[in-house]
Amino acid sequence: MIKLVLMLIFFICCSTGGEIAMTYGVKQVGQPERFRPLALLRFIGKAVRSGWVWFALPLMAASFYSLLILLSWAPLSVVIPASAFNYVVGAFGAKYLLKETVTPRRWLGVIFVFVGVLLVIVTG
Amino acid sequence: MTHEHRLRFKTLVMVLLMVVCANVGDLMLKRGMLQIGAVRISAPGIWHALLSTIHNGTIWLGILFLIGFTLCYMTAVSWADYSYVMPAGAFGYAVQTTLAVVVLHEAVNAQRWFGVVLIVLGVLLVGQTHPNTTQKKPVAS
Repeated sequence: MIKLVLMLIFFICCSTGGEIAMTYGVKQVGQPERFRPLALLRFIGKAVRSGWVWFALPLMAASFYSLLILLSWAPLSVVIPASAFNYVVGAFGAKYLLKETVTPRRWLGVIFVFVGVLLVIVTG
Repeated sequence: MTHEHRLRFKTLVMVLLMVVCANVGDLMLKRGMLQIGAVRISAPGIWHALLSTIHNGTIWLGILFLIGFTLCYMTAVSWADYSYVMPAGAFGYAVQTTLAVVVLHEAVNAQRWFGVVLIVLGVLLVGQTHPNTTQKKPVAS
Protein backbone atom coordinates (compact mmCIF):
# COMPACT_ATOMS: atom_id res chain seq x y z
CA MET A 1 0.00 0.00 0.00
CA ILE A 2 2.81 2.46 0.99
CA LYS A 3 4.73 1.52 -2.17
CA LEU A 4 1.60 2.22 -4.25
CA VAL A 5 0.96 5.59 -2.60
CA LEU A 6 4.63 6.65 -2.98
CA MET A 7 4.61 5.72 -6.68
CA LEU A 8 1.30 7.55 -7.10
CA ILE A 9 2.84 10.67 -5.52
CA PHE A 10 5.85 10.34 -7.87
CA PHE A 11 3.49 9.94 -10.86
CA ILE A 12 1.37 12.97 -9.85
CA CYS A 13 4.49 15.14 -9.24
CA CYS A 14 5.98 14.20 -12.62
CA SER A 15 2.77 14.55 -14.62
CA THR A 16 1.61 17.80 -12.99
CA GLY A 17 5.15 19.23 -12.99
CA GLY A 18 5.50 18.27 -16.67
CA GLU A 19 2.12 19.77 -17.59
CA ILE A 20 2.79 23.03 -15.70
CA ALA A 21 6.29 23.39 -17.23
CA MET A 22 4.86 22.61 -20.69
CA THR A 23 2.04 25.14 -20.22
CA TYR A 24 4.48 27.81 -19.00
CA GLY A 25 6.84 27.16 -21.93
CA VAL A 26 4.07 27.11 -24.53
CA LYS A 27 2.43 30.27 -23.13
CA GLN A 28 5.75 32.09 -23.48
CA VAL A 29 5.73 31.20 -27.19
CA GLY A 30 2.16 32.44 -27.74
CA GLN A 31 -0.54 30.69 -29.80
CA PRO A 32 -0.54 29.12 -33.27
CA GLU A 33 -2.12 31.54 -35.78
CA ARG A 34 -4.39 28.81 -37.13
CA PHE A 35 -5.22 25.18 -36.41
CA ARG A 36 -3.55 24.05 -39.67
CA PRO A 37 -0.66 21.56 -40.04
CA LEU A 38 1.86 24.19 -41.27
CA ALA A 39 0.92 26.70 -38.55
CA LEU A 40 1.10 23.95 -35.93
CA LEU A 41 4.54 22.85 -37.18
CA ARG A 42 5.76 26.48 -37.01
CA PHE A 43 4.35 26.71 -33.49
CA ILE A 44 6.05 23.44 -32.42
CA GLY A 45 9.30 24.72 -33.98
CA LYS A 46 9.11 27.80 -31.71
CA ALA A 47 8.05 25.76 -28.67
CA VAL A 48 11.04 23.37 -28.85
CA ARG A 49 13.35 26.38 -28.43
CA SER A 50 11.90 26.96 -24.96
CA GLY A 51 13.94 25.56 -22.06
CA TRP A 52 10.71 24.93 -20.13
CA VAL A 53 9.47 22.56 -22.83
CA TRP A 54 12.73 20.57 -22.55
CA PHE A 55 12.31 20.55 -18.77
CA ALA A 56 8.75 19.23 -19.22
CA LEU A 57 9.56 16.38 -21.64
CA PRO A 58 11.59 14.12 -19.27
CA LEU A 59 9.02 14.75 -16.53
CA MET A 60 6.24 13.63 -18.87
CA ALA A 61 8.25 10.55 -19.91
CA ALA A 62 8.82 9.69 -16.21
CA SER A 63 5.10 10.17 -15.55
CA PHE A 64 4.17 7.76 -18.37
CA TYR A 65 6.64 5.14 -17.15
CA SER A 66 5.47 5.48 -13.54
CA LEU A 67 1.89 5.04 -14.80
CA LEU A 68 2.98 1.74 -16.38
CA ILE A 69 4.58 0.67 -13.07
CA LEU A 70 1.38 1.58 -11.21
CA LEU A 71 -0.65 -0.46 -13.72
CA SER A 72 1.64 -3.45 -13.09
CA TRP A 73 0.91 -3.22 -9.34
CA ALA A 74 -2.74 -2.19 -8.97
CA PRO A 75 -6.09 -2.72 -10.74
CA LEU A 76 -7.04 -0.37 -13.60
CA SER A 77 -10.14 0.66 -11.58
CA VAL A 78 -7.78 2.09 -8.91
CA VAL A 79 -4.96 3.59 -11.00
CA ILE A 80 -6.99 5.59 -13.54
CA PRO A 81 -9.42 7.21 -11.06
CA ALA A 82 -6.48 7.89 -8.68
CA SER A 83 -4.66 9.67 -11.51
CA ALA A 84 -7.45 12.31 -11.30
CA PHE A 85 -5.51 13.63 -8.29
CA ASN A 86 -3.72 15.62 -11.00
CA TYR A 87 -6.68 18.02 -10.88
CA VAL A 88 -5.97 18.76 -7.21
CA VAL A 89 -2.21 19.37 -7.58
CA GLY A 90 -2.83 21.08 -10.93
CA ALA A 91 -5.24 23.60 -9.33
CA PHE A 92 -2.57 24.66 -6.80
CA GLY A 93 0.08 24.80 -9.54
CA ALA A 94 -2.24 26.85 -11.77
CA LYS A 95 -2.97 29.32 -8.96
CA TYR A 96 0.49 29.78 -7.48
CA LEU A 97 2.85 29.07 -10.40
CA LEU A 98 0.86 30.08 -13.48
CA LYS A 99 -1.08 32.85 -11.62
CA GLU A 100 -4.41 31.63 -13.00
CA THR A 101 -7.69 32.49 -11.27
CA VAL A 102 -9.17 29.44 -9.55
CA THR A 103 -12.87 30.11 -8.90
CA PRO A 104 -14.78 28.76 -5.85
CA ARG A 105 -16.63 26.35 -8.18
CA ARG A 106 -13.31 24.99 -9.45
CA TRP A 107 -12.09 24.57 -5.83
CA LEU A 108 -15.31 22.71 -5.05
CA GLY A 109 -14.62 20.38 -7.99
CA VAL A 110 -11.06 19.88 -6.71
CA ILE A 111 -12.42 18.92 -3.24
CA PHE A 112 -14.81 16.39 -4.85
CA VAL A 113 -11.91 14.87 -6.82
CA PHE A 114 -9.72 14.78 -3.68
CA VAL A 115 -12.34 12.93 -1.61
CA GLY A 116 -13.15 10.62 -4.54
CA VAL A 117 -9.48 9.70 -5.03
CA LEU A 118 -9.07 9.04 -1.29
CA LEU A 119 -12.04 6.64 -1.40
CA VAL A 120 -10.64 4.86 -4.48
CA ILE A 121 -7.14 4.51 -2.95
CA VAL A 122 -8.47 3.19 0.37
CA THR A 123 -10.23 0.38 -1.52
CA GLY A 124 -7.10 -0.31 -3.62
CA MET B 1 -28.83 19.92 -41.94
CA THR B 2 -27.85 23.37 -40.63
CA HIS B 3 -24.25 24.36 -39.91
CA GLU B 4 -24.91 24.16 -36.13
CA HIS B 5 -26.40 20.66 -36.40
CA ARG B 6 -23.44 19.51 -38.49
CA LEU B 7 -21.00 20.99 -35.96
CA ARG B 8 -22.85 19.38 -33.06
CA PHE B 9 -22.92 16.00 -34.82
CA LYS B 10 -19.25 15.93 -35.85
CA THR B 11 -18.14 17.15 -32.39
CA LEU B 12 -20.22 14.43 -30.73
CA VAL B 13 -18.67 11.77 -33.02
CA MET B 14 -15.17 13.11 -32.23
CA VAL B 15 -15.88 13.15 -28.47
CA LEU B 16 -17.11 9.54 -28.64
CA LEU B 17 -13.94 8.59 -30.56
CA MET B 18 -11.93 10.40 -27.85
CA VAL B 19 -13.57 8.38 -25.07
CA VAL B 20 -13.11 5.11 -26.98
CA CYS B 21 -9.43 5.82 -27.78
CA ALA B 22 -8.57 6.90 -24.20
CA ASN B 23 -10.31 3.94 -22.58
CA VAL B 24 -9.07 1.30 -25.02
CA GLY B 25 -5.57 2.82 -24.76
CA ASP B 26 -5.53 2.53 -20.95
CA LEU B 27 -7.02 -0.96 -21.17
CA MET B 28 -4.22 -2.02 -23.57
CA LEU B 29 -1.56 -0.55 -21.24
CA LYS B 30 -3.02 -2.55 -18.35
CA ARG B 31 -3.14 -5.73 -20.50
CA GLY B 32 0.48 -5.17 -21.54
CA MET B 33 1.62 -4.68 -17.94
CA LEU B 34 -0.27 -7.83 -16.89
CA GLN B 35 1.77 -9.73 -19.54
CA ILE B 36 5.02 -8.20 -18.21
CA GLY B 37 4.22 -8.67 -14.52
CA ALA B 38 4.77 -6.52 -11.43
CA VAL B 39 7.77 -4.18 -11.80
CA ARG B 40 10.42 -4.55 -9.07
CA ILE B 41 11.82 -1.26 -7.73
CA SER B 42 15.55 -1.83 -8.25
CA ALA B 43 17.90 -0.73 -11.02
CA PRO B 44 17.86 -4.17 -12.79
CA GLY B 45 14.09 -4.52 -12.19
CA ILE B 46 13.30 -1.13 -13.74
CA TRP B 47 15.71 -1.72 -16.64
CA HIS B 48 14.16 -5.14 -17.34
CA ALA B 49 10.64 -3.66 -17.23
CA LEU B 50 11.68 -0.82 -19.56
CA LEU B 51 13.04 -3.30 -22.13
CA SER B 52 9.93 -5.49 -21.75
CA THR B 53 7.58 -2.55 -22.36
CA ILE B 54 9.56 -1.52 -25.46
CA HIS B 55 9.19 -5.06 -26.87
CA ASN B 56 5.52 -5.46 -25.92
CA GLY B 57 3.06 -5.08 -28.82
CA THR B 58 0.06 -4.52 -26.54
CA ILE B 59 1.78 -1.53 -24.91
CA TRP B 60 2.51 -0.06 -28.37
CA LEU B 61 -1.13 -0.61 -29.33
CA GLY B 62 -2.13 1.26 -26.16
CA ILE B 63 0.23 4.12 -27.06
CA LEU B 64 -1.29 4.26 -30.60
CA PHE B 65 -4.79 4.57 -29.12
CA LEU B 66 -3.57 7.33 -26.76
CA ILE B 67 -2.05 9.18 -29.74
CA GLY B 68 -5.46 8.74 -31.44
CA PHE B 69 -7.08 10.25 -28.33
CA THR B 70 -4.76 13.28 -28.47
CA LEU B 71 -5.53 13.85 -32.18
CA CYS B 72 -9.30 13.51 -31.60
CA TYR B 73 -9.07 15.86 -28.60
CA MET B 74 -7.13 18.48 -30.58
CA THR B 75 -9.62 18.23 -33.45
CA ALA B 76 -12.64 18.44 -31.12
CA VAL B 77 -11.36 21.55 -29.27
CA SER B 78 -10.59 23.20 -32.62
CA TRP B 79 -14.34 22.91 -33.51
CA ALA B 80 -16.03 23.30 -30.14
CA ASP B 81 -15.48 25.01 -26.77
CA TYR B 82 -13.15 23.36 -24.29
CA SER B 83 -16.01 23.38 -21.75
CA TYR B 84 -18.14 21.37 -24.22
CA VAL B 85 -15.42 18.78 -24.90
CA MET B 86 -13.98 18.56 -21.38
CA PRO B 87 -16.87 16.70 -19.63
CA ALA B 88 -15.98 13.71 -21.82
CA GLY B 89 -12.83 13.42 -19.68
CA ALA B 90 -14.99 13.12 -16.57
CA PHE B 91 -17.30 10.60 -18.21
CA GLY B 92 -14.20 8.57 -19.13
CA TYR B 93 -13.49 7.68 -15.46
CA ALA B 94 -16.87 5.96 -15.16
CA VAL B 95 -16.43 4.18 -18.52
CA GLN B 96 -12.93 3.05 -17.51
CA THR B 97 -14.17 1.56 -14.22
CA THR B 98 -17.00 -0.24 -16.05
CA LEU B 99 -14.50 -1.62 -18.60
CA ALA B 100 -12.23 -2.79 -15.75
CA VAL B 101 -15.16 -4.78 -14.34
CA VAL B 102 -16.46 -6.15 -17.66
CA VAL B 103 -13.22 -6.81 -19.57
CA LEU B 104 -10.62 -7.36 -16.84
CA HIS B 105 -13.09 -8.85 -14.29
CA GLU B 106 -11.83 -6.54 -11.53
CA ALA B 107 -13.86 -6.40 -8.33
CA VAL B 108 -15.15 -2.87 -7.64
CA ASN B 109 -17.02 -2.37 -4.36
CA ALA B 110 -19.64 0.29 -3.57
CA GLN B 111 -17.07 2.55 -1.85
CA ARG B 112 -14.85 2.65 -4.97
CA TRP B 113 -17.89 3.33 -7.20
CA PHE B 114 -18.83 6.21 -4.89
CA GLY B 115 -15.26 7.52 -5.19
CA VAL B 116 -15.50 7.35 -9.00
CA VAL B 117 -18.85 9.21 -8.94
CA LEU B 118 -17.28 11.97 -6.78
CA ILE B 119 -14.33 12.21 -9.22
CA VAL B 120 -16.71 12.48 -12.20
CA LEU B 121 -18.71 15.24 -10.42
CA GLY B 122 -15.49 17.02 -9.42
CA VAL B 123 -14.04 16.95 -12.94
CA LEU B 124 -17.41 18.15 -14.32
CA LEU B 125 -17.37 21.09 -11.88
CA VAL B 126 -13.77 21.96 -12.84
CA GLY B 127 -14.75 21.75 -16.53
CA GLN B 128 -17.69 24.14 -16.15
CA THR B 129 -15.44 27.03 -15.09
CA HIS B 130 -13.87 29.40 -17.63
CA PRO B 131 -11.03 27.55 -19.42
CA ASN B 132 -8.81 30.62 -19.84
CA THR B 133 -8.36 33.04 -16.94
CA THR B 134 -5.05 34.62 -17.95
CA GLN B 135 -4.47 37.28 -20.55
CA LYS B 136 -3.50 35.98 -23.99
CA LYS B 137 -0.02 36.67 -25.31
CA PRO B 138 0.37 38.08 -28.81
CA VAL B 139 0.00 35.50 -31.59
CA ALA B 140 3.24 33.74 -32.56
CA SER B 141 4.20 34.38 -36.16
